[in-house]
Amino acid sequence: MRAAAFYDLEGTLVRTNLVHTLGFYARNQPGLWRSFKKSAATLLSIPLFAITDQYSRQVFNTLFFKRYRGETEDRLRFFADELFEKVLKPAVYPGAFELIAKSRQLGLRQVVVTGALDISVAPLMKYLGIDDYVANHLEFVNGVATGRLLPPVLASATKASWIREYAEREGINLNDSYAYSDSISDLPMLSVVGHPAAVNPDFRLRQTALHHHWPILDLR
Amino acid sequence: MALALRRKLHESVVYIDRDSAPRIIPSGEDFLLEDLPVGTRVIYPKPPIKGLPNREAAIRYAINHPLDCDPLYAQLEPGMRVTIALDDISLPLPPMATPDVRQTVLEILLDMLASHGVTDIHIIIANSLHRKMTPAEMKRMVGAKIFDEFYPDRYYNHDAEDPDGLVFIGETQHKEPLRINRRAAESDLLIYVNINLVPMDGGHKSVAVGLCDYESLRAHHEPQTIRDSDSYFDPQRSALNHKVTRLGKLVDRTLNVFHIETALNNRMYTGQMDFLLKNEDDFTSFDRMKFEAVRFAMSKMPRAAKRKLLHSIPAQYEMIACYAGRTEPVHEKILQKNFEQYSIPINGQCDILITGIPHISPYNVNSILNPLLVQVMGLGYFHNMYRGKPLLKKGGVLILHHPCYDEFDHEFHPSYIEFFNRLLPETRDAFTLREKYEREFAENPSYIQMYRRGHAYHGAHPFFMWYWGENGRQHVGRVIVAGAENAHVPEILGWERADNLQEAIAMARSYMGRSAEITMLHQPLIAVCEVE
Repeated sequence: MRAAAFYDLEGTLVRTNLVHTLGFYARNQPGLWRSFKKSAATLLSIPLFAITDQYSRQVFNTLFFKRYRGETEDRLRFFADELFEKVLKPAVYPGAFELIAKSRQLGLRQVVVTGALDISVAPLMKYLGIDDYVANHLEFVNGVATGRLLPPVLASATKASWIREYAEREGINLNDSYAYSDSISDLPMLSVVGHPAAVNPDFRLRQTALHHHWPILDLR
Repeated sequence: MALALRRKLHESVVYIDRDSAPRIIPSGEDFLLEDLPVGTRVIYPKPPIKGLPNREAAIRYAINHPLDCDPLYAQLEPGMRVTIALDDISLPLPPMATPDVRQTVLEILLDMLASHGVTDIHIIIANSLHRKMTPAEMKRMVGAKIFDEFYPDRYYNHDAEDPDGLVFIGETQHKEPLRINRRAAESDLLIYVNINLVPMDGGHKSVAVGLCDYESLRAHHEPQTIRDSDSYFDPQRSALNHKVTRLGKLVDRTLNVFHIETALNNRMYTGQMDFLLKNEDDFTSFDRMKFEAVRFAMSKMPRAAKRKLLHSIPAQYEMIACYAGRTEPVHEKILQKNFEQYSIPINGQCDILITGIPHISPYNVNSILNPLLVQVMGLGYFHNMYRGKPLLKKGGVLILHHPCYDEFDHEFHPSYIEFFNRLLPETRDAFTLREKYEREFAENPSYIQMYRRGHAYHGAHPFFMWYWGENGRQHVGRVIVAGAENAHVPEILGWERADNLQEAIAMARSYMGRSAEITMLHQPLIAVCEVE
């Protein structure tokens, strides 16, 4: 039976987070005034995002992705390559390449499970040589984002559910599989595999990793 | 009776009499005072050989009068590529007071290289699969001046997992492969600066092991080789040494190696801690006062603080010899000096061997002596301190004194934790562990990253630690660990436990008989017991 390596993306393989992506799109609005307004709103929302993320990833997602309301799909796709070149590519941790290369040598399937937007991460997945990835999808009506995510929204427990279903579908042995994340919100995802590891962990995940004797990696 | 017992056969061998003082036994981070049964033989370290009065001069003389090759200055040309490899922090133990002997050798070497127009110089720590040294440790080892000039671009740790940094140099006639550090292999001259603390160090091991990768190491770091090594403190009868020598000859055929070896005496402690090396019967009132003060102070401290304090006490070793030149003749000379310092004639084996396990091993400098390392000290190093016959009779009882706390360092020893908790409860058979799990651990991407980017021992290292105890495990009948604070650690290691030393001795006597001969190694001890 095959095995896989499941990665969270932001904070784990790259140093950026969802706010960097939102900030990039905010800076690239049609018109200077609109760019300024959106950028200022994003900046002012950061404390709120931080607090809600500590409270609940689901609540955070609801609040955060509302900021995409009114964005057109073609515009998001148009800027995806620039986002990759200017924001995501320079943000890949040096150790991420080695980690993925070593996992690949073991014959592990490389899978990214991320709460970021599918549109924004596609070029990065190709760049990192990821076999499969799953990301969140914005809801569009007539090509315009509603600010809601299409279910299932990938966060916390739903990432673990997705991994279980994926493993069943692809014939992956989870006991022999690896998972990497930086955040305590991914505890369910880390718990479903035989070889979990905390990568550049936040305080709570570090404590959990120490408690469970999980390896703690620093890819920075 | 008393007089007969008191008669000394050797200054390092003392017999316990009815009026003998209790003995100090280190047990992890604590020092205990224990009464031993009358007739117990206690082995102390040999008195230190006097250090060389001017070690700079001795090093210069060695470099200018090498064995079996041209002096170093005659081998140097402007513009040549030179790599200097150094032993890592596992030597010496505890780390020596600054300036470290490696710093002194380096200062002399770098001056000489500069004066001959050699500027392409890299300094590599030959850590093999050991953890990489931290910048602070690296600085302490070579001094601020060299560190500031070379770190991090030209002074760094060997990386046994760097695919671009290694090069295959061939295999022996026994099909043992050797892949070593590319920079070292591709240099015009490789200078190895070694510290030979015990007879298993140095020689061909320096380059062939210190700078190799996992695949090269697993050819000889395996259970059968360890079983066939009788003992690893006796190079003539060590299968491990024979295999490493074969690889070393391959190195000598391929690379231009200039070996500088140094031998240290065993002056581990002086000043406030010198009582640890003394016969307790000879204690002065001041010695007793110092011991009681240390014991009292330590009893009031949490374990982490005690550990920190003990690791901060440097050893006061002195250099007693330095030779340079080709690896084999140099090593032979240094081994003679090692044996002169450590060899103790012992009259007969014993039925019960007692040893405290101190806070330090080669693998936990500035860290925790975890259960696997307690095992490696007891069944690996202390069992192997002999030439000829083991100190303990076959099937005898080994009593270790250690709390056996279930503590691991997550940064340094992550793979040890999984090895101990997941594998040992399934099997303690070294061959099964190697076949079934060694490669899985060695190739675990998380452990590889922690080794490469952090300060973790390689994923395969806990296996080597388990194999290291293999001939001890085969030889010893039972292991009793006295003072173990829990039941599960001794159980996982396959040992019995006792609350204290008296209980452990009673248990051992119930197996070996009332007239069992008892010997205690007085720690801290480095010795080679020549058992008649």
